[in-house]
Amino acid sequence: MQINTKYFGEIDVKEEEVIHFPQGIPGFSEEKQFVLLSFEENGLFQVLQSTNHVHPAFVVVDPFLFKQDYQFELDEPTQEQLAIKTQEDLLTLAIVTVKDPLTTSTANLQAPIIINQTKKLAKQYITKSEQYTTRETIFTQASQKEVD
Amino acid sequence: MLVLTRKTNEAIQIGDDIQIKVISVDGDQVKLGISAPKDVEVHRKEIYQAIQQENNEAANVSTDLFNLIKNKE
Repeated sequence: MQINTKYFGEIDVKEEEVIHFPQGIPGFSEEKQFVLLSFEENGLFQVLQSTNHVHPAFVVVDPFLFKQDYQFELDEPTQEQLAIKTQEDLLTLAIVTVKDPLTTSTANLQAPIIINQTKKLAKQYITKSEQYTTRETIFTQASQKEVD
Repeated sequence: MLVLTRKTNEAIQIGDDIQIKVISVDGDQVKLGISAPKDVEVHRKEIYQAIQQENNEAANVSTDLFNLIKNKE
C-alpha cells in the first residue's frame, strides 16, 4: 500500500509491516496504525510513521544503545493486551525529541513504545517507576565530542 | 463536572465496573483506591499530560532538524 510520509515522501509499505496501536498514542489517540521506517540498514534512528496521515511521525531509537542498564517492569495487563509470550516477541523503542543542537536531543524513557514484533501489536507503555523521565539525554559527554 | 462529597471508606461507582474509594485523608493529601477492569488505564494526570506533551513536541520535529539526524548516520 502507498502511504504519505513526513520525511520520505510517498512510499510503498507491505500490509504485514503495519503495526497496530489499538489505543493510539497519548496525544494522538486516533492514530492506530504505524510503520517503522529505517533511513538505512543498521541506522541508529528509525521513524515511527502513521500510515493514515503524514503527521505524526516520531523519531525513535533503541533505548539500550545509550542506556545499557535500562529496565522496567511490563505489567501483566499489558503483556496480555499485546499477546506477549516470550522475550523474543518484544521490541522496545523510545521516542526521541530531536533538538537543535542535536546533542541536546532527549528520549522518553518513562513511556517507551512496546511492540510485539510477531503479532504487530503495540502501545506506548507508561512505566510505573519514577526512575526515568520523558526527557533523558541520549548523547553522553563522550559521544557529544564525537558528534560535535 | 459532577461534585460529590465522600468520607473515608466511602466510594463512588462509575458504570458497572469502576470503583474509586477514599482510603484515607491526611491534610491536603487524599489516598484513593481504584478498582477497574484491566484494560482501563489509570494514571496520575500530570504524568499522562507530560507524556502527551512530550509526544506532541517529538512529533513536531522540523524537516531541517530531521536532516541533521539523517546526515549523522
